[in-house]
Amino acid sequence: MKITKNAVAGTLESSDAMVTVEPNAEGAGIEFNLDSVVINQFGNSIRRTVMDTLKRLDVQDVKISIVDKGALDCTLKARVEGALFRGAEQTENLPWGGAIR
Amino acid sequence: MSNPNKKRLRRTMMFLNCQKPGLIKDPYIYKPDSIMLDLEDAVAEKEKDAARYSLFHALREIDYRGVERVVRINGLDSPYWREDIRCAVAGGCDSIRIPKTESAQDVHVVEEAVIAAEKEFGREEGSVLIMAALESARGIMKALDICEASDRLFGIALSGGDYTKDLQTHITGTGIELMGARQNMVIAARAAGVQCFDTVYTDLDDMDGFRKDVEAIHLMGFDGKSIINPRQIEIVHDIYTPKQKDIIFAEKVVKEIDDKKAKGIGVFTVDGKMIDIAFYDGAKRTIELAKASGVYEGDL
Repeated sequence: MKITKNAVAGTLESSDAMVTVEPNAEGAGIEFNLDSVVINQFGNSIRRTVMDTLKRLDVQDVKISIVDKGALDCTLKARVEGALFRGAEQTENLPWGGAIR
Repeated sequence: MSNPNKKRLRRTMMFLNCQKPGLIKDPYIYKPDSIMLDLEDAVAEKEKDAARYSLFHALREIDYRGVERVVRINGLDSPYWREDIRCAVAGGCDSIRIPKTESAQDVHVVEEAVIAAEKEFGREEGSVLIMAALESARGIMKALDICEASDRLFGIALSGGDYTKDLQTHITGTGIELMGARQNMVIAARAAGVQCFDTVYTDLDDMDGFRKDVEAIHLMGFDGKSIINPRQIEIVHDIYTPKQKDIIFAEKVVKEIDDKKAKGIGVFTVDGKMIDIAFYDGAKRTIELAKASGVYEGDL
Protein backbone atom coordinates (compact mmCIF):
# COMPACT_ATOMS: atom_id res chain seq x y z
CA MET A 1 0.00 0.00 0.00
CA LYS A 2 1.36 3.40 -0.97
CA ILE A 3 0.55 6.42 1.21
CA THR A 4 -0.02 9.29 -1.17
CA LYS A 5 -1.35 12.04 1.10
CA ASN A 6 -1.48 13.17 4.71
CA ALA A 7 -4.34 11.65 6.68
CA VAL A 8 -5.67 11.49 10.23
CA ALA A 9 -8.01 9.09 12.02
CA GLY A 10 -9.27 8.97 15.59
CA THR A 11 -9.72 11.46 18.39
CA LEU A 12 -8.12 12.55 21.65
CA GLU A 13 -11.02 11.20 23.71
CA SER A 14 -10.42 8.65 26.44
CA SER A 15 -10.12 5.05 25.13
CA ASP A 16 -9.24 6.36 21.67
CA ALA A 17 -6.09 7.25 19.74
CA MET A 18 -5.31 9.84 17.10
CA VAL A 19 -3.19 8.51 14.27
CA THR A 20 -1.53 10.75 11.68
CA VAL A 21 0.20 9.42 8.57
CA GLU A 22 2.32 11.23 6.00
CA PRO A 23 3.94 9.95 2.83
CA ASN A 24 7.63 9.18 3.20
CA ALA A 25 10.18 9.13 0.37
CA GLU A 26 10.54 5.79 -1.41
CA GLY A 27 13.06 3.66 0.46
CA ALA A 28 12.97 5.95 3.51
CA GLY A 29 11.10 3.32 5.53
CA ILE A 30 8.90 3.83 8.57
CA GLU A 31 9.24 6.79 10.93
CA PHE A 32 7.31 6.10 14.12
CA ASN A 33 6.37 8.52 16.87
CA LEU A 34 4.35 7.66 19.95
CA ASP A 35 2.82 9.77 22.69
CA SER A 36 0.79 7.71 25.14
CA VAL A 37 -0.68 8.12 28.61
CA VAL A 38 0.42 4.54 29.27
CA ILE A 39 3.75 4.57 27.43
CA ASN A 40 5.67 3.04 30.33
CA GLN A 41 3.28 0.09 30.66
CA PHE A 42 2.21 -0.48 27.06
CA GLY A 43 4.63 1.43 24.81
CA ASN A 44 6.23 -1.73 23.40
CA SER A 45 2.87 -3.40 22.89
CA ILE A 46 1.48 -0.35 21.05
CA ARG A 47 4.57 -0.19 18.85
CA ARG A 48 4.22 -3.90 18.04
CA THR A 49 0.54 -3.50 17.09
CA VAL A 50 1.32 -0.55 14.82
CA MET A 51 4.22 -2.32 13.12
CA ASP A 52 2.18 -5.51 12.64
CA THR A 53 -0.61 -3.47 11.05
CA LEU A 54 1.84 -1.70 8.71
CA LYS A 55 3.30 -5.08 7.72
CA ARG A 56 -0.12 -6.64 7.06
CA LEU A 57 -1.04 -3.72 4.82
CA ASP A 58 2.37 -3.82 3.14
CA VAL A 59 3.19 -0.21 3.93
CA GLN A 60 6.91 0.33 3.30
CA ASP A 61 7.41 4.08 3.54
CA VAL A 62 5.42 6.24 5.92
CA LYS A 63 5.69 8.73 8.77
CA ILE A 64 3.25 7.68 11.44
CA SER A 65 2.41 9.48 14.68
CA ILE A 66 0.22 8.12 17.43
CA VAL A 67 -1.30 10.05 20.32
CA ASP A 68 -2.78 7.32 22.48
CA LYS A 69 -5.40 7.97 25.15
CA GLY A 70 -5.66 4.44 26.49
CA ALA A 71 -7.06 2.76 23.36
CA LEU A 72 -7.64 -0.97 23.37
CA ASP A 73 -5.61 -2.96 20.88
CA CYS A 74 -8.64 -3.31 18.60
CA THR A 75 -9.19 0.45 18.61
CA LEU A 76 -5.54 1.15 17.88
CA LYS A 77 -5.59 -1.18 14.88
CA ALA A 78 -8.81 0.46 13.65
CA ARG A 79 -7.34 3.94 13.88
CA VAL A 80 -4.07 2.97 12.18
CA GLU A 81 -5.98 1.29 9.35
CA GLY A 82 -8.34 4.25 9.12
CA ALA A 83 -5.47 6.69 8.67
CA LEU A 84 -3.59 4.43 6.24
CA PHE A 85 -6.55 3.73 3.95
CA ARG A 86 -7.39 7.44 3.95
CA GLY A 87 -3.75 8.15 3.11
CA ALA A 88 -3.96 5.64 0.26
CA GLU A 89 -7.37 7.02 -0.81
CA GLN A 90 -9.12 3.64 -0.71
CA THR A 91 -12.63 3.50 0.79
CA GLU A 92 -14.33 0.54 -0.92
CA ASN A 93 -13.67 -3.16 -1.55
CA LEU A 94 -11.54 -3.24 1.54
CA PRO A 95 -9.78 -6.49 2.47
CA TRP A 96 -11.92 -7.31 5.53
CA GLY A 97 -10.66 -10.50 7.13
CA GLY A 98 -7.60 -10.43 4.85
CA ALA A 99 -5.05 -7.68 5.35
CA ILE A 100 -7.57 -6.14 7.77
CA ARG A 101 -7.79 -8.64 10.60
CA MET B 1 -32.72 -22.23 6.30
CA SER B 2 -33.71 -21.82 9.92
CA ASN B 3 -31.53 -19.74 12.17
CA PRO B 4 -32.17 -20.64 15.85
CA ASN B 5 -31.51 -17.02 16.83
CA LYS B 6 -34.48 -15.75 14.86
CA LYS B 7 -36.80 -15.98 17.86
CA ARG B 8 -34.33 -15.17 20.61
CA LEU B 9 -35.23 -12.88 23.52
CA ARG B 10 -34.95 -9.23 22.49
CA ARG B 11 -36.46 -7.04 25.20
CA THR B 12 -33.78 -4.36 24.90
CA MET B 13 -31.75 -3.26 21.89
CA MET B 14 -29.21 -0.59 22.91
CA PHE B 15 -27.94 1.90 20.33
CA LEU B 16 -24.16 2.43 20.30
CA ASN B 17 -22.23 4.79 18.06
CA CYS B 18 -19.44 2.98 16.20
CA GLN B 19 -17.61 6.29 15.91
CA LYS B 20 -16.91 6.13 19.67
CA PRO B 21 -14.55 3.30 20.70
CA GLY B 22 -15.26 3.99 24.36
CA LEU B 23 -18.92 3.15 23.84
CA ILE B 24 -18.54 -0.12 21.96
CA LYS B 25 -15.76 -1.69 24.02
CA ASP B 26 -17.81 -3.08 26.92
CA PRO B 27 -21.60 -2.53 26.69
CA TYR B 28 -22.21 -6.16 27.69
CA ILE B 29 -21.64 -5.19 31.34
CA TYR B 30 -25.13 -3.63 31.33
CA LYS B 31 -26.68 -6.87 30.04
CA PRO B 32 -28.96 -5.66 27.26
CA ASP B 33 -30.37 -8.48 25.14
CA SER B 34 -29.01 -6.90 21.96
CA ILE B 35 -26.74 -4.04 21.01
CA MET B 36 -27.21 -1.99 17.88
CA LEU B 37 -23.83 -0.96 16.53
CA ASP B 38 -24.66 2.12 14.52
CA LEU B 39 -22.95 3.08 11.28
CA GLU B 40 -25.81 5.35 10.22
CA ASP B 41 -27.22 8.49 11.83
CA ALA B 42 -24.93 8.63 14.86
CA VAL B 43 -21.81 8.60 12.68
CA ALA B 44 -20.70 11.88 11.12
CA GLU B 45 -20.52 11.85 7.33
CA LYS B 46 -16.73 12.24 7.25
CA GLU B 47 -16.26 9.42 9.78
CA LYS B 48 -18.25 6.71 7.98
CA ASP B 49 -15.07 4.90 6.92
CA ALA B 50 -13.38 5.13 10.32
CA ALA B 51 -16.47 3.79 12.10
CA ARG B 52 -16.26 0.62 10.00
CA TYR B 53 -12.70 -0.22 11.13
CA SER B 54 -13.78 0.21 14.76
CA LEU B 55 -16.82 -1.97 14.15
CA PHE B 56 -14.84 -4.71 12.43
CA HIS B 57 -12.19 -5.05 15.13
CA ALA B 58 -14.72 -4.75 17.95
CA LEU B 59 -16.77 -7.58 16.42
CA ARG B 60 -13.66 -9.68 15.93
CA GLU B 61 -11.91 -9.08 19.22
CA ILE B 62 -14.41 -8.17 21.93
CA ASP B 63 -16.32 -10.94 23.66
CA TYR B 64 -19.83 -9.52 23.98
CA ARG B 65 -20.80 -12.46 26.20
CA GLY B 66 -23.89 -13.62 24.39
CA VAL B 67 -25.35 -10.16 23.71
CA GLU B 68 -26.70 -10.09 20.17
CA ARG B 69 -24.69 -7.80 17.86
CA VAL B 70 -26.92 -6.02 15.36
CA VAL B 71 -25.30 -3.58 12.92
CA ARG B 72 -27.32 -0.66 11.57
CA ILE B 73 -26.06 0.00 8.08
CA ASN B 74 -26.43 3.25 6.18
CA GLY B 75 -29.49 3.81 4.04
CA LEU B 76 -29.92 2.25 0.61
CA ASP B 77 -29.95 5.79 -0.78
CA SER B 78 -26.37 6.33 0.46
CA PRO B 79 -23.06 5.24 -1.09
CA TYR B 80 -22.07 3.38 2.09
CA TRP B 81 -24.41 0.48 2.70
CA ARG B 82 -22.73 -2.21 0.55
CA GLU B 83 -19.35 -1.75 2.22
CA ASP B 84 -21.12 -1.58 5.60
CA ILE B 85 -22.55 -5.05 4.95
CA ARG B 86 -19.19 -6.47 3.83
CA CYS B 87 -17.53 -5.09 6.96
CA ALA B 88 -20.24 -6.26 9.36
CA VAL B 89 -20.54 -9.77 7.91
CA ALA B 90 -16.76 -10.21 7.73
CA GLY B 91 -16.51 -9.05 11.35
CA GLY B 92 -19.02 -11.67 12.46
CA CYS B 93 -22.16 -9.68 13.27
CA ASP B 94 -25.33 -11.55 14.16
CA SER B 95 -27.77 -9.30 12.28
CA ILE B 96 -28.09 -6.37 9.92
CA ARG B 97 -30.64 -3.61 10.53
CA ILE B 98 -31.95 -1.89 7.41
CA PRO B 99 -32.87 1.76 8.01
CA LYS B 100 -35.72 3.57 6.27
CA THR B 101 -37.26 0.37 4.88
CA GLU B 102 -40.19 1.10 2.60
CA SER B 103 -40.77 -2.09 0.61
CA ALA B 104 -40.12 -5.80 0.33
CA GLN B 105 -37.68 -4.91 -2.44
CA ASP B 106 -35.49 -3.03 0.06
CA VAL B 107 -35.23 -6.25 2.09
CA HIS B 108 -34.48 -8.32 -1.03
CA VAL B 109 -31.66 -5.98 -2.09
CA VAL B 110 -30.02 -6.17 1.33
CA GLU B 111 -30.52 -9.92 1.53
CA GLU B 112 -28.68 -10.38 -1.77
CA ALA B 113 -25.74 -8.34 -0.49
CA VAL B 114 -25.73 -10.32 2.77
CA ILE B 115 -25.71 -13.64 0.89
CA ALA B 116 -22.81 -12.41 -1.25
CA ALA B 117 -20.91 -11.33 1.88
CA GLU B 118 -21.56 -14.65 3.62
CA LYS B 119 -20.03 -16.40 0.60
CA GLU B 120 -17.11 -13.96 0.29
CA PHE B 121 -16.14 -14.26 3.95
CA GLY B 122 -16.83 -17.96 4.43
CA ARG B 123 -19.78 -17.65 6.74
CA GLU B 124 -22.55 -20.24 6.79
CA GLU B 125 -25.46 -19.30 4.55
CA GLY B 126 -28.29 -17.93 6.66
CA SER B 127 -26.09 -17.18 9.66
CA VAL B 128 -26.71 -13.42 9.37
CA LEU B 129 -30.25 -12.31 10.17
CA ILE B 130 -31.97 -9.12 9.03
CA MET B 131 -34.31 -6.66 10.69
CA ALA B 132 -36.05 -3.69 9.13
CA ALA B 133 -36.64 -0.25 10.59
CA LEU B 134 -39.81 1.48 9.43
CA GLU B 135 -39.38 5.23 9.47
CA SER B 136 -42.03 6.63 7.13
CA ALA B 137 -45.75 6.53 6.44
CA ARG B 138 -45.04 4.41 3.35
CA GLY B 139 -42.96 1.96 5.39
CA ILE B 140 -45.74 1.57 7.95
CA MET B 141 -48.32 0.97 5.22
CA LYS B 142 -46.05 -1.71 3.71
CA ALA B 143 -45.33 -3.38 7.06
CA LEU B 144 -46.80 -6.78 6.20
CA ASP B 145 -44.99 -6.98 2.84
CA ILE B 146 -41.74 -6.12 4.60
CA CYS B 147 -42.33 -8.67 7.37
CA GLU B 148 -42.90 -11.41 4.78
CA ALA B 149 -40.05 -10.41 2.45
CA SER B 150 -37.42 -12.83 3.73
CA ASP B 151 -37.02 -15.89 5.89
CA ARG B 152 -33.99 -14.14 7.41
CA LEU B 153 -36.02 -11.21 8.67
CA PHE B 154 -36.53 -11.62 12.43
CA GLY B 155 -38.42 -8.42 13.08
CA ILE B 156 -39.35 -4.84 12.38
CA ALA B 157 -38.67 -1.73 14.46
CA LEU B 158 -40.35 1.64 14.59
CA SER B 159 -38.20 4.72 14.22
CA GLY B 160 -40.42 7.33 15.82
CA GLY B 161 -38.44 10.49 15.10
CA ASP B 162 -38.33 10.11 11.33
CA TYR B 163 -41.83 8.64 11.20
CA THR B 164 -43.45 11.57 13.02
CA LYS B 165 -41.53 14.00 10.83
CA ASP B 166 -42.97 12.26 7.78
CA LEU B 167 -46.41 12.43 9.38
CA GLN B 168 -45.92 16.18 9.88
CA THR B 169 -46.18 15.94 13.64
CA HIS B 170 -43.64 15.36 16.42
CA ILE B 171 -42.92 13.20 19.47
CA THR B 172 -45.14 14.43 22.29
CA GLY B 173 -44.38 11.92 25.04
CA THR B 174 -48.05 10.86 25.11
CA GLY B 175 -47.74 8.25 22.36
CA ILE B 176 -50.80 9.61 20.53
CA GLU B 177 -48.79 10.44 17.41
CA LEU B 178 -47.41 6.86 17.32
CA MET B 179 -50.63 4.95 17.98
CA GLY B 180 -51.50 4.05 14.40
CA ALA B 181 -47.97 3.01 13.44
CA ARG B 182 -47.47 0.94 16.57
CA GLN B 183 -50.76 -0.90 16.16
CA ASN B 184 -50.22 -1.54 12.45
CA MET B 185 -46.71 -2.83 13.01
CA VAL B 186 -47.60 -5.25 15.80
CA ILE B 187 -50.48 -6.66 13.77
CA ALA B 188 -48.28 -7.07 10.68
CA ALA B 189 -45.47 -8.65 12.68
CA ARG B 190 -47.78 -11.11 14.38
CA ALA B 191 -49.47 -11.98 11.08
CA ALA B 192 -46.06 -12.77 9.60
CA GLY B 193 -44.70 -14.50 12.70
CA VAL B 194 -41.82 -12.08 13.29
CA GLN B 195 -40.90 -9.81 16.19
CA CYS B 196 -41.75 -6.16 16.66
CA PHE B 197 -39.73 -3.47 18.46
CA ASP B 198 -40.68 -0.03 19.61
CA THR B 199 -38.86 3.24 19.04
CA VAL B 200 -36.46 4.94 21.47
CA TYR B 201 -37.57 7.19 24.34
CA THR B 202 -35.19 10.11 24.28
CA ASP B 203 -35.99 12.03 27.50
CA LEU B 204 -33.53 10.50 29.95
CA ASP B 205 -34.69 12.85 32.72
CA ASP B 206 -38.21 11.43 32.62
CA MET B 207 -37.89 7.86 33.82
CA ASP B 208 -41.55 7.76 34.94
CA GLY B 209 -42.59 8.69 31.42
CA PHE B 210 -40.26 6.01 30.08
CA ARG B 211 -41.82 3.36 32.34
CA LYS B 212 -45.33 4.31 31.21
CA ASP B 213 -44.21 4.17 27.58
CA VAL B 214 -42.74 0.67 28.04
CA GLU B 215 -45.84 -0.53 29.91
CA ALA B 216 -47.97 0.64 27.00
CA ILE B 217 -45.96 -1.05 24.27
CA HIS B 218 -45.71 -4.22 26.37
CA LEU B 219 -49.50 -4.35 26.56
CA MET B 220 -49.75 -3.67 22.82
CA GLY B 221 -47.72 -6.80 22.10
CA PHE B 222 -44.26 -5.46 21.23
CA ASP B 223 -41.35 -7.84 21.85
CA GLY B 224 -39.05 -5.12 23.10
CA LYS B 225 -37.79 -1.58 22.84
CA SER B 226 -34.87 0.26 21.32
CA ILE B 227 -32.96 2.09 24.04
CA ILE B 228 -30.29 4.77 24.15
CA ASN B 229 -28.93 4.52 27.69
CA PRO B 230 -28.06 1.67 30.10
CA ARG B 231 -30.33 3.29 32.72
CA GLN B 232 -33.32 2.22 30.63
CA ILE B 233 -32.46 -1.50 30.61
CA GLU B 234 -33.63 -2.48 34.07
CA ILE B 235 -37.06 -0.89 33.62
CA VAL B 236 -37.71 -2.68 30.33
CA HIS B 237 -36.53 -6.03 31.65
CA ASP B 238 -38.62 -5.63 34.79
CA ILE B 239 -41.78 -4.96 32.78
CA TYR B 240 -41.08 -7.77 30.31
CA THR B 241 -40.16 -10.43 32.87
CA PRO B 242 -43.21 -12.51 33.84
CA LYS B 243 -44.16 -12.16 37.51
CA GLN B 244 -44.14 -15.28 39.70
CA LYS B 245 -47.94 -15.35 40.04
CA ASP B 246 -48.29 -15.27 36.24
CA ILE B 247 -45.70 -18.04 35.84
CA ILE B 248 -47.44 -20.24 38.42
CA PHE B 249 -50.81 -19.68 36.75
CA ALA B 250 -49.37 -20.38 33.28
CA GLU B 251 -47.82 -23.60 34.56
CA LYS B 252 -51.19 -24.72 35.94
CA VAL B 253 -52.91 -23.86 32.67
CA VAL B 254 -50.43 -25.83 30.55
CA LYS B 255 -50.48 -28.86 32.84
CA GLU B 256 -54.27 -28.85 33.23
CA ILE B 257 -54.89 -28.48 29.49
CA ASP B 258 -52.49 -31.37 28.76
CA ASP B 259 -54.19 -33.48 31.45
CA LYS B 260 -57.80 -32.62 30.52
CA LYS B 261 -57.12 -33.07 26.82
CA ALA B 262 -56.07 -36.66 27.49
CA LYS B 263 -59.35 -37.16 29.36
CA GLY B 264 -61.43 -35.61 26.59
CA ILE B 265 -62.40 -32.51 28.59
CA GLY B 266 -62.34 -29.22 26.66
CA VAL B 267 -63.44 -26.56 29.15
CA PHE B 268 -62.64 -26.40 32.88
CA THR B 269 -61.54 -23.91 35.55
CA VAL B 270 -58.13 -23.06 37.00
CA ASP B 271 -58.12 -20.89 40.13
CA GLY B 272 -61.73 -20.01 39.42
CA LYS B 273 -61.12 -18.88 35.83
CA MET B 274 -62.62 -20.56 32.80
CA ILE B 275 -59.87 -22.17 30.70
CA ASP B 276 -59.92 -23.86 27.29
CA ILE B 277 -57.42 -24.60 24.52
CA ALA B 278 -57.35 -20.93 23.47
CA PHE B 279 -55.28 -20.17 26.60
CA TYR B 280 -52.62 -22.78 25.80
CA ASP B 281 -50.30 -20.78 23.51
CA GLY B 282 -50.37 -17.72 25.75
CA ALA B 283 -49.48 -19.80 28.81
CA LYS B 284 -46.67 -21.53 26.91
CA ARG B 285 -45.34 -18.12 25.85
CA THR B 286 -45.27 -16.96 29.47
CA ILE B 287 -43.25 -20.05 30.43
CA GLU B 288 -40.84 -19.57 27.51
CA LEU B 289 -40.37 -15.90 28.35
CA ALA B 290 -39.76 -16.79 32.01
CA LYS B 291 -37.16 -19.35 30.92
CA ALA B 292 -35.47 -16.90 28.59
CA SER B 293 -35.48 -14.26 31.33
CA GLY B 294 -33.86 -16.70 33.75
CA VAL B 295 -36.68 -16.68 36.31
CA TYR B 296 -38.30 -20.07 35.64
CA GLU B 297 -37.67 -22.82 38.14
CA GLY B 298 -40.37 -25.28 37.15
CA ASP B 299 -40.22 -28.49 35.16
CA LEU B 300 -42.05 -27.66 31.93
